Amino acid sequence: MNINNQHYKLEVSSSKRLLDVLREDLNLTATKECCGIGECGACTVLVNGKAVLSCLMLAAEADGAEIFTAEGLADNGQLSALQKAFLEKGAVQCGFCIPGQLIAATYLLAQNPHPTREEVEEGIAGNLCRCGGYERIIEAILSVAEKGEEQQ
Amino acid sequence: MSDFEYVRAKTIEETVKFLAAHGADTRILAGGTDLLIQLRNNESRPSFILDLKHIPELQTGVQLKGDVVSISATVTMSELIMNPLINRYFPALIDAASAVGSVQIRNRATLVGNICNASPAADSAPPLLVYGADVIAVGTNGTRRIPLNDFFVRSGVTSLQDSEFVTSIELPVPSVRMGAAHVRRTRRKGHDLASVTLCCGVEETGTTKICYGSVGPRPILAIDTSGILADQKAPEEAKTALFESIFAQASPSKTSMRASPAYRLAMLRVLGKQALKLALSRLNEGGREI
Repeated sequence: MNINNQHYKLEVSSSKRLLDVLREDLNLTATKECCGIGECGACTVLVNGKAVLSCLMLAAEADGAEIFTAEGLADNGQLSALQKAFLEKGAVQCGFCIPGQLIAATYLLAQNPHPTREEVEEGIAGNLCRCGGYERIIEAILSVAEKGEEQQ
Repeated sequence: MSDFEYVRAKTIEETVKFLAAHGADTRILAGGTDLLIQLRNNESRPSFILDLKHIPELQTGVQLKGDVVSISATVTMSELIMNPLINRYFPALIDAASAVGSVQIRNRATLVGNICNASPAADSAPPLLVYGADVIAVGTNGTRRIPLNDFFVRSGVTSLQDSEFVTSIELPVPSVRMGAAHVRRTRRKGHDLASVTLCCGVEETGTTKICYGSVGPRPILAIDTSGILADQKAPEEAKTALFESIFAQASPSKTSMRASPAYRLAMLRVLGKQALKLALSRLNEGGREI
């Protein structure tokens, strides 16, 4: 599979989830494990350009797929527009949910570059933030949409 | 998660043969949004996981075939929501698909998977029953067309045999103008399962179909041919009495954590009126084009 534009050839146990392979085999730990049952969104990654939950996908299913994780957002140490906006708006508190939020937001803006506030809310409805930082997360996503900057 | 073998099927024929040999020890994988949770919790311990996503015959998507719209087994909820044919002919199915989980879930979960799991709370079941869906299944004895109403047996159980699997769902294009809407109650929006689901379809002929789920072991379909529900001038008492008879088959679980039986029964009545109103307004706006 291809992860963040890098090719990987892996042999994995059939019972491993994509999340396990990312975190344990490849040490790509930006993608977080939290609920493990598809409710919290902390493990959100892009698979072939679509936001999905890596806890609800077998690694074997990702054979041949293009995966994008939060590690791929920054380009040569330069933060993406969304990452900058999250910092500027103070959207990050404990930080645990943020990689998932960023990937969900990246997907949302790729699909819909100028979402309404309601559309942003729907786009991150599957990403829980236990700090309750939703207001600032939504503000950050909207600010990027308003600037109309290129994503990623 | 217990150990299993992951198998990628390449053709329908190969899948039928595999299931004939190992059907009882196999779980079929499409979107996996329910299956992976069962595997994780060790509620299911299959020897084989058979992935259907790489079978070209199941990648036909949403197609108009004469007077039927066919939805293949790999079509996700997100794909349904974006599809022009579904938007044109089956708006209540869009309501239901949009209510499923979060965007991440909708990008993986398939319509056929939602039906095969046979959860009483399945969002897509009420609109599919209202629209008169058929399930197309394949097995060692060939292809079988099963009306969706005969497909659901009880929670988690369908009329499929071990060697059979579903290749598509077919919906007849409505032959008369129809307005339909799907509504639900849930504890929180985002990813919770529904506490009550209800779809109402009103035809210009006066026939009203109501299907409700999550208040018994399987979704219930009721048809009012009296024209009372569709008649905006009919007295409220007559409609209430009709709703009461329609909802008589509801038997919500006493042990569910999501909502008490009393709450579900009360909400059923609220949703019935809400969906009827929305369906009538959609019919008056022109319903769907023919």
